[in-house]
Amino acid sequence: MAALPGDGAPAAPAGAAGASGDGIGEPYVRIAGLDKTYHSERGDVEALKAIDLDIRNGEFISVLGPSGCGKSTLLKCIAGLEDLTAGDVAIRGQPVVEPPRDTGIVFQRDVLLDWRSVLDNVLLPIEFARLRTGEWRDKALELLHLFELEDFADRYPWELSGGMRQRVAICRGLIRDPSLLLMDEPFGALDAITRDELNLELERMWEATHKTIVFITHSIPEAVFLSSRVVVMSRNPGRIVEILDIDLDRPRALDIRETPAFSGYVRHIREIFEGLGVMKRGQ
Amino acid sequence: MDFWSTRNGRILNVALVLFGFGLIWEGAVIVFGIKPFLLPAPSRVLADIAAEPLWYGMHTLETLKETALGFLLAVVVGLAMAIGIVFSRFVEQTLYTFLVAINSIPKVAVAPLFIVWFGAGIEPKVAIAFLIAVFPIVIDTVLGLRSVEPDMLDLARSMRGSAMQTLWKIRFPTALPSMFAGMKVGISFAFIGSIVGEFVASQAGLGFVIDSAQPTFDTTRIFAAILLLAVVGTILFYTVELAERAFVPWHVSRRREGTAGPAPQAAH
Repeated sequence: MAALPGDGAPAAPAGAAGASGDGIGEPYVRIAGLDKTYHSERGDVEALKAIDLDIRNGEFISVLGPSGCGKSTLLKCIAGLEDLTAGDVAIRGQPVVEPPRDTGIVFQRDVLLDWRSVLDNVLLPIEFARLRTGEWRDKALELLHLFELEDFADRYPWELSGGMRQRVAICRGLIRDPSLLLMDEPFGALDAITRDELNLELERMWEATHKTIVFITHSIPEAVFLSSRVVVMSRNPGRIVEILDIDLDRPRALDIRETPAFSGYVRHIREIFEGLGVMKRGQ
Repeated sequence: MDFWSTRNGRILNVALVLFGFGLIWEGAVIVFGIKPFLLPAPSRVLADIAAEPLWYGMHTLETLKETALGFLLAVVVGLAMAIGIVFSRFVEQTLYTFLVAINSIPKVAVAPLFIVWFGAGIEPKVAIAFLIAVFPIVIDTVLGLRSVEPDMLDLARSMRGSAMQTLWKIRFPTALPSMFAGMKVGISFAFIGSIVGEFVASQAGLGFVIDSAQPTFDTTRIFAAILLLAVVGTILFYTVELAERAFVPWHVSRRREGTAGPAPQAAH
């Protein structure tokens, strides 16, 4: 299999990405020739086939595709939660062989622990890292404040709405201030209005921090609204069909979705899916 | 809220139903002139207990002790076995099959064997109580430990958690509601086990009281022991339920009881 994508780019600056300033553009995650095949009794399923992708430092990149295209598998490969069938995934030049440090993760299900208060849920990664939770309390409250949850720090997850629960899950993913945030369809289970709200909050958060965010979604407008780049995937086997730069001004407000430029991106991606037969052509 | 759905209302409700039941029983015995050796009136049963409270108390405590020891042993061993089954495929394939085989034996059948091994003291009763109670506890604990969402386990791995951290901070609390379901069955089973043991050979306990009263047709004494068994069994069951309320305040079935404010943080 191909070792590195032959794009003529200079080799990944392994340790050079130290300064966390405005290093947008440096490859943060490098995926090369990645295959992932699941073996089952009914035969092999090629979840991912020949994936080459450089994720730049500080970019908001969305991976968009129909269900079954392997986009969640791709995220899990980056998160070190899957064994690779072939190819490499490297973060800052280091091959991912186990869950990487300095990485936060948010799933579609919020997977909050029912027996812990909101604050203690946010502090869970601190406990797992055997750090002193007392020293991270203020940081946790600050994050909760950012997501307008400071009044709910002592509440329990089952007292919260779906949108609030997912905000808590995001705070938990951010507590150790990771450079890389992996989000697996985090708003997929929310209603449309709550989803808009959270898109806006996430956009603000990214504007303020310029973390590298990998965002998995099956919503075209959500991907266009949030991202600097959109990776369009198709299924059987799961592969990248196009990578699209989204040149829309920041910060973005919800009304950007009514602009011709926005509609142009959405139409372009829809036409890709129509061409692949994933979506039926409209009337 | 109307009175009957308050806590005191519910207690009074139960008391009234029990009192009414006793009254019908008493009345029936008097009206139909039923002989005491067939069915003693409740007043007669209560009088028998009141005549020898210390003697009855001693036997009740004996049975309670056997049950509690057997049950606690079942909880400790059951939890350890469940963890072994969940974490080791080898243990699952060997121990689990063995447990199912053991459980398929009617425990009454092994009671005489335990008497031979452990004598006629408290040990064989504890052993039988343990043997019956451990099975539902293992089964439900295994179920609980396995019912953690895959995403939750991925989260634990992404936090680079150790197996012990994942077990105590995530798997164990997740399993608690299921464990308590198993323990509620287990406590009743342990109670049955200790009585079975007492029937086979004993010098004390409510099973001994029933067994020794039967040859002399002392039906009043048998009923007194049965009444005490009902009381003890109920207390045992609700003790487990109370423990459940203390340790699993977040459980779904508790959430309707008003806005359960800040709950004690049990399983940290």
